[in-house]
Amino acid sequence: MDALLLAEQGLNGLQLGVMLFLMAAGLTLVFGIMDLINLAHGSFYMVGAYLTAALVPVLGGFLPALAVAVLLTALLGLVVEAVALRTLYRRDHLDQVLATFGLILFFNELIRILFGPVPIFLNPPAALAGTVDLWGLTYPAFRLAILAVGLAVALGLWLLIARTRVGMLIRAGATNREMVMALGVDVRLLFGLVFALGCGLAGLAGAMAGPVLAVQVGMGEQILILTFVVIVIGGIGSIRGAFAGALLVGVVDTLGRALLPASFRLVMDSASANAAGAAAASMAIYVLMALVLAVRPKGLFPVG
Amino acid sequence: MQTPRRNHGAIALSWIASPLRGEVGRLCRPGEGLCASAALPSSLPLTPTLSPGGRGGKRIRARLIAPLLSAALALSAVPAVAAEPLRIGLITTLSGPGAVIGADIRDGFALAVEQAGGKLGGLDTQVIEADDQQKPDVAVSLAARMTEKERVPFVTGIIWSNLALAMMPTLAGGNVFLISPNAGTSALAGAQCSPYFFNVSWPVDSIGEAAGAAAQAQGVKRVYALAPNYPSGKDVVTGFKRAFKGEMVGEVYTPFGQLDYAAEIAQVKAAKPDGVFIFYPGGMGINFLKQYDQAGLLGQIPLTGPGFSFDQDILPAIGDAALGIKAPLQWSPDLDNPANRAFVSAFRAKYGRIPSYYAAQSYDSARLIGGAVAAVGGDLADKNALRAALRKAPFESVRGAFRFNTNHYPIQSYYQREVVREASGMLTNRIIGTVFTDHGDVYAKDCPMK
Repeated sequence: MDALLLAEQGLNGLQLGVMLFLMAAGLTLVFGIMDLINLAHGSFYMVGAYLTAALVPVLGGFLPALAVAVLLTALLGLVVEAVALRTLYRRDHLDQVLATFGLILFFNELIRILFGPVPIFLNPPAALAGTVDLWGLTYPAFRLAILAVGLAVALGLWLLIARTRVGMLIRAGATNREMVMALGVDVRLLFGLVFALGCGLAGLAGAMAGPVLAVQVGMGEQILILTFVVIVIGGIGSIRGAFAGALLVGVVDTLGRALLPASFRLVMDSASANAAGAAAASMAIYVLMALVLAVRPKGLFPVG
Repeated sequence: MQTPRRNHGAIALSWIASPLRGEVGRLCRPGEGLCASAALPSSLPLTPTLSPGGRGGKRIRARLIAPLLSAALALSAVPAVAAEPLRIGLITTLSGPGAVIGADIRDGFALAVEQAGGKLGGLDTQVIEADDQQKPDVAVSLAARMTEKERVPFVTGIIWSNLALAMMPTLAGGNVFLISPNAGTSALAGAQCSPYFFNVSWPVDSIGEAAGAAAQAQGVKRVYALAPNYPSGKDVVTGFKRAFKGEMVGEVYTPFGQLDYAAEIAQVKAAKPDGVFIFYPGGMGINFLKQYDQAGLLGQIPLTGPGFSFDQDILPAIGDAALGIKAPLQWSPDLDNPANRAFVSAFRAKYGRIPSYYAAQSYDSARLIGGAVAAVGGDLADKNALRAALRKAPFESVRGAFRFNTNHYPIQSYYQREVVREASGMLTNRIIGTVFTDHGDVYAKDCPMK
């Protein structure tokens, strides 16, 4: 495998990583600060993708559709938090899992009723539909855009959390929730904002994933599982951990799929190499998770 | 289309779902009263056990014989008044990403029942729908329910070969015919063929063979093949290699339900083949095609594959990128025969969309059941007679000439199709040539059924 191909695979890995980070950031915030297991996080991702696809023809462009879709998804998050989740904070995790699993079924059926079961159409904006030439490497422009958006969100979240008063409360909430409540912070408002922020991020991930992946009912559950792997590796509640975990998972998954079948072919015949390579590549990130947890049981960047 | 079954999260999700299993399916719809009627036949064999020798037995007999007699008379009178209804279990995927296929399976079947005036083969027909959630364990428990509780003579609707394989022992053990509108793995075509399994679609590798023959005819020399890592994925690539004589520069099996194909597409680009063969049903196909297009390869390296990778269920989501892709299948909406013209226009009128080949196969499945039930005069108890009737394929298929091989898989023609935009603006397929005529499969010779 030549250097150019390896570079391309590395870039693919980073790009998949930031995509996962957009999902993981919101999930880890909610999980870490509110102590809420939100299985329905993937539903907000799906809603973001569907809203973007539905709004492109109405608003006439990808960018305005994306902006409105992200805002609407965050608003939907506020409503869901107030209506369905607020009563669950004091219940145990199993109740939360059951309730948010119910939300998954609810949102899947709702989207099916509104948009039908057939996957819907969403393409990248015309300006980003082609490829760009990076020093001899032809790379899809939209994937570079995903990379840029992901890195911008990472920077923005870092500024928000490290440099603002809200960020201070969020950090404090993640470390010691009772103390924050005792100090008279309006935890209800803080939780609502954090949840809406998480949902907005999930919506953004959905909007950015829509042009690359199938926009269909159930798309959220497919990526949710990878997202949980990411936040477990990174340390639950830590944005920094989510970023590191996402990049790690993205790169390991991509390079595993690119390199493992070829390496197996060096030591066995091609039919068994195909089978073993495929199996090993699909296990790679779970092996990674097991290794990380064996060394650091609370993840790479444990909180509290 | 893809249930990620590759990791802990999925296990957690299915664990969460397990208390709901079976209840999600709509097994007894209001007004059908199926669950009650199923109890009647089982009460009849009780009568002989009430007449053993000995005094106690005699006394019981004396006291019970009269009411039992009248009850038996009443029961035996029922069939004379109204024939036993034909109940069919439709186990298909109605939730999750695979639901788009399940919807066409259900609608195609319902259309055939409606056109028969609600009476397939002359019997009042009740379709019991159940959602397999695309999970083999759920499919097995539904098969058991159809066999033991609902006691249906036919189960149909099944889409996925791994689910069909899992269900088959239960159904065959309960003398229930599985009429598969889609799942057609080679595993049930050869030595493991079953007297209770009929396939109305294809042995899945025949579509691969057709694509291989078409690529061969186009003069393609070097092909890179990609498919999901599950039984049908390997079958299709095996079929392709059987007919394609050129060089396979790559053969990659990706995890079922994979989302991102950037790594594989980069490898394809580096291998510089002159054709790419993909078998990615449903959402996986949408993911792959979008990403292949965005990588700028669609105009450079032609894609081919089994026709079901480019069918009506995913074309709207891919858009213009799919135009011009050529891939073979045994059916197309523009296939010119009376049965197909009637089916396509009725389907479009009723549901407002172009039928997919899934709908066509499910429609054929219903008409196969109807034809066989009519041929045996509505006698559902004699399974051998019913099987003999099914084997004759007594119905007019929407794909024209159709008959069953000894392994209960079709012998039929395969056509090369091309994705085009029809006058209404919708993307669809049209036939541009014939690849195989009266084509069987290589597995039938291993099947002990003659």
